[in-house]
Amino acid sequence: MRFTKKDILDIESLEPHEISMILDTAQGMKEISERPVKKVPTLRGKTIVLFFQEPSTRTKLSFDIAAKRLSADSISLSKSSSSIVKGETLIDTAKNLEAMKPDVIVLRHSSSGAAHLIAKRVNASVINAGDGIHAHPSQALLDMMSVREIKGKLKGLKISIIGDIAHSRVARSDITGFSKMGAKVFICAPGTMIPMGIENLGCTISPDIETCIEGADVIMMLRIQKERQGNILFPTEREYAMLFGLNMARLNLAKKDVIVMHPGPMNRGVEISSEVADSDCSLILEQVTNGVALRMALFYLVAGGGRNADSN
Amino acid sequence: MRIRIKGARVLDPGNIDGKKDIIIKDHIIEAIVDPEDIETRTDTRIIDARGLIVVPGLIDIHVHLREPGHEYKETIESGLLAAARGGFTAVCSMPNTNPVNDNRQVTKFIINRAKELGLSKIYPTGAITQGSFGDSLAEIYDMKQAGIVAVTDDGRPLENPNIMRRALEYCKGLNIPIFVHAEDLSLADAGSMNEGFFATFWGIKGIPNAAESVMVVRDIALSELTGAWVHFCHVSTKESVEAIRQAKKRGVNVTCETAPHYFTLTDADVKDYDTNFKMNPPLRSEQDRQAVIQGLSDGTIDVIASDHAPHSVVEKDVEFDMAAFGIIGLETSLSLSLKLVHDRFLTMEELIIKMAKNPAKIIGINNDIKPGNIADLTIIDPDLPYEIDPESFKSRSKNSPFSGIKVKGSAFLTMVNGKVVYLNDKC
Repeated sequence: MRFTKKDILDIESLEPHEISMILDTAQGMKEISERPVKKVPTLRGKTIVLFFQEPSTRTKLSFDIAAKRLSADSISLSKSSSSIVKGETLIDTAKNLEAMKPDVIVLRHSSSGAAHLIAKRVNASVINAGDGIHAHPSQALLDMMSVREIKGKLKGLKISIIGDIAHSRVARSDITGFSKMGAKVFICAPGTMIPMGIENLGCTISPDIETCIEGADVIMMLRIQKERQGNILFPTEREYAMLFGLNMARLNLAKKDVIVMHPGPMNRGVEISSEVADSDCSLILEQVTNGVALRMALFYLVAGGGRNADSN
Repeated sequence: MRIRIKGARVLDPGNIDGKKDIIIKDHIIEAIVDPEDIETRTDTRIIDARGLIVVPGLIDIHVHLREPGHEYKETIESGLLAAARGGFTAVCSMPNTNPVNDNRQVTKFIINRAKELGLSKIYPTGAITQGSFGDSLAEIYDMKQAGIVAVTDDGRPLENPNIMRRALEYCKGLNIPIFVHAEDLSLADAGSMNEGFFATFWGIKGIPNAAESVMVVRDIALSELTGAWVHFCHVSTKESVEAIRQAKKRGVNVTCETAPHYFTLTDADVKDYDTNFKMNPPLRSEQDRQAVIQGLSDGTIDVIASDHAPHSVVEKDVEFDMAAFGIIGLETSLSLSLKLVHDRFLTMEELIIKMAKNPAKIIGINNDIKPGNIADLTIIDPDLPYEIDPESFKSRSKNSPFSGIKVKGSAFLTMVNGKVVYLNDKC
């Protein structure tokens, strides 16, 4: 089967069979990172631009390593080093990048829809590395990959997502992705962090964290973004931890073989206790490892043989 | 020059409805005669209007013309050409130009420019507060002497309720309405589209209905307190419609308008980050759309006005949350509103009340079709089907969400001061 998408913009636009294909490809890529020489020539001669208009460490590094392990030439561009600071519009910047003939543009941007905006105007494949509060497809895909790797499946699992759903592009993409793959997604957060109509994306709103966690196969804790929100969404971190923090007592309500995830960076002692974060059921670092493999798969599928030749 | 409009249905609600010929001499309606009366004079230009409807000149009381200051989006000339093409013999210009129309010099500039052009007319509105900053009252009396017909800080609300109260008291004495842009900015919270599932789906920050309705309710209370006249601009939510309905029942001195996009589109139509669907207030839910139609049907909503807001690609071809609010509407308003008649939500008579008679009443002019009155007339072809194409617009800007939409009916002819300023040669 062929992968035919030019761009990876959100999970909504991927069919379940395409998601499976991405996860399968990523699983195959994982082994490359275990080799003494961590490099294959697959994307030699391809140019990948990492355009991060918003700060990011983990995601950017992950994309960069992924590109290099496939022998692509990756170039980083940040907001401060781009002409955006000189008043150039995003579309003009993208068209200028396009003129230098990159094969893939990875875009992180603070505005929802930014990746959609440029994808329509450039021939290069666009991979959305996070746009505003809209989508973060590579994160959701690596989350699905990590869960599937441990549980052997996604269908029928109870996935509990707890935290700031309203301002989280990860949450939107995870809810859409896991429910698309047949998992049952439950969410829990203070009323201030549940966006209107979210249940129509394919999730159930739990009344409290205990109900949400009970019998869960996977618990995903979202970062509380202290730096963005002042204190009108919740009074104090102390009270947030009391109501919505994941601690050992709450963890025990879940299935015995529950796994705990977090897209990072964590606020230890706020949404997640250190004890839980460092426990055996924590998959947090595994997510980071899989992130590289997953992004290698995305590059391969949009720029390598995937789109043009048969893949196995 | 003598003109005879022949064979049309003349519809001036409350005044005439029937097959009549109208004779125009110079800039005045000279006579309304039976179509059977034989024309004996040879110097008369005959306009064949069989199958068409002649109505009092349509007036759009909510239009942004962008001159002075933002002529690359629209000039007074291009805006008035668009108005004429849309069937409007007059428009009210909003004061948020650069400089703001908060003094008689700017008012005079606008009025003189419109006079020079001899196209559709402008009845300007002035700012309530100096610079529309919401702090100190502008010289409203002086602007009224210069020709403004209402005051508004449109584009932004007057946030401080005490200043709003004083402005109302002051305007009551001058017998001039305040056009209210009802928006609580803290509730709107820098959102870009209607709060609801679709905003959640696209990851766009939402603007709740309450951002509008709490201000509507506030200003109803202030109208009750002061007895002054409040006119609510671009009503978009079911809560606002209901609050105004109840206020009118109590006899509060309020009127209101809505725009065609609020009874034509919903937030479900906002797709793929197309910024031509971004305006303020935002496209609301289907329930709100229905409530707006209901409000038009039962008379709660007095006026249809387009909130014509031209923007260029500089403001629109960008990220959705960075894009300017607003869409153009002068050249689509009549066609979209005629759909309400075709769909039997309004009679033709009611539509003309909302697009010609009530607007005239609000700005204090008389556009009755009767001998001796100025010949400001619109001839409507109610049934001509066509597809909306922004590339054909006279407006300098093309930011319309209605591109490619099929509609039925439009202006056939627009006459201002007895002069034909627009004639649709496709009819």
